[in-house]
Amino acid sequence: MLPAPFEYHAPRSVDEALDLLDQFGDEGKVLAGGQSLIPLLKLRFASPGHLVDINKIPELDFIEERDGTLRIGPLFRHKAAERSSLLASRYHVMADAAPMIADPIIRNRGTIAGSVAHADPSGDWGTVLLAMDADLVLRSKKGSRTVKARDFFSGPFSTALEANEILTEIRIPAAKAMTGGAYLKLERKVGDFATVAVAVHLRMDDGKVGSAGIGLTAVGPQNIKAEKAEASLKGVRLDDAAIKQAAALAAEASDPKADHRGSVEYKRNVVRVFTERGLKRASERARGGG
Amino acid sequence: MGQSITVTVNGEQRSAEVEPRLLLVHFLREKLRLTGTHIGCDTTHCGACTVLVQGTPVKSCTMLAVQADGQQVTTVEGLLTAGALHPIQAAFKQEHGLQCGFCTPGMMLTSIALLKDNPDPTDDDIRWALSGNICRCTGYMNIVKAVKSAAVQMKAAAAVPAATAAARS
Repeated sequence: MLPAPFEYHAPRSVDEALDLLDQFGDEGKVLAGGQSLIPLLKLRFASPGHLVDINKIPELDFIEERDGTLRIGPLFRHKAAERSSLLASRYHVMADAAPMIADPIIRNRGTIAGSVAHADPSGDWGTVLLAMDADLVLRSKKGSRTVKARDFFSGPFSTALEANEILTEIRIPAAKAMTGGAYLKLERKVGDFATVAVAVHLRMDDGKVGSAGIGLTAVGPQNIKAEKAEASLKGVRLDDAAIKQAAALAAEASDPKADHRGSVEYKRNVVRVFTERGLKRASERARGGG
Repeated sequence: MGQSITVTVNGEQRSAEVEPRLLLVHFLREKLRLTGTHIGCDTTHCGACTVLVQGTPVKSCTMLAVQADGQQVTTVEGLLTAGALHPIQAAFKQEHGLQCGFCTPGMMLTSIALLKDNPDPTDDDIRWALSGNICRCTGYMNIVKAVKSAAVQMKAAAAVPAATAAARS
């Protein structure tokens, strides 16, 4: 399978890339890891006139904690996340998710930001960012704007990203003490998309829940932030009753479709079970265990 | 609409005019006639087309040839050194790590990258590393055996010069 013809551009700086995107408008498309985009081009689901490859801009490959914020650049790849000691020690939900993305070879090239911009409702990173209450920096030739992850996704493969913008940075509030997380994913085999996955990001405060983030994958037209479930936990002791209630609310927030991976009832039940397990695992990790 | 690229393939600089939409796997197979890199699913699932780009396994059906401009690519044809099989090739042969051989180039290249990172992998490490490469005939048992056997051979080979150097000093 060959993509439809396009022109290829490999700018050496972000400014140059933004100039090109500005010039091409709807005909331009950013190429990062390419592990979703190239298959789409080959299947002719997308046929942009111009590809702007950002892989020759090495300063876009970064992860750093600075000024109370974890910052991730658009070329930070799944494999780097999988190997990051920073994520393993303090951002458990990300460390859990990374090795569950696609398969090891795809992880060598695919990027977190690319996956988020692609906005597949079955994609994992969007859910993780919703649970972590991330901000996304969208830059165009005219300047930068910051959009909350919860305002970024607008439907299947649809986001707030404009054709002339690049998702230049993912910003996540730096993990404070007593923070723990977990990502649980049910998949039929390595490389498959999730049947269901749940992200939990939890901060404990004096024995109670300081803040809770819960995201849901593949159970709706986009990645879902289970806001009612999150709100039910704030300020409460994380006992079995609170966990059960939050899990029920998360299941209610899901809106799955029946397909070859399972029925509506089944998927909703997995959301419930995974939310319970995720909250337990996250709170153990917040206390320094697991 | 051709774009000229220069890719170092198996240590040799190869230049060509290519259409931007040409996939790396087609560049290797059709422009360079290196047909050891196979096209399996053509949908980024099977790993048959795996090559090393800058030492890292990549599905060459999911990368554009123009993206490889200025980079080092290793295909299965690059594993033979002065007529001698690479230890991974010898081990796949010895342990019957293949039946039809279609997935084998990808399996071997992914294994080489694994052994570079982790010279002493467990069975689980090997299965995990190869989980993006699909084989439909061996059932994987002999592939895992082959990678383990190659690991032992490669460690022994690496130890010999070190031991010789130690004996000299």
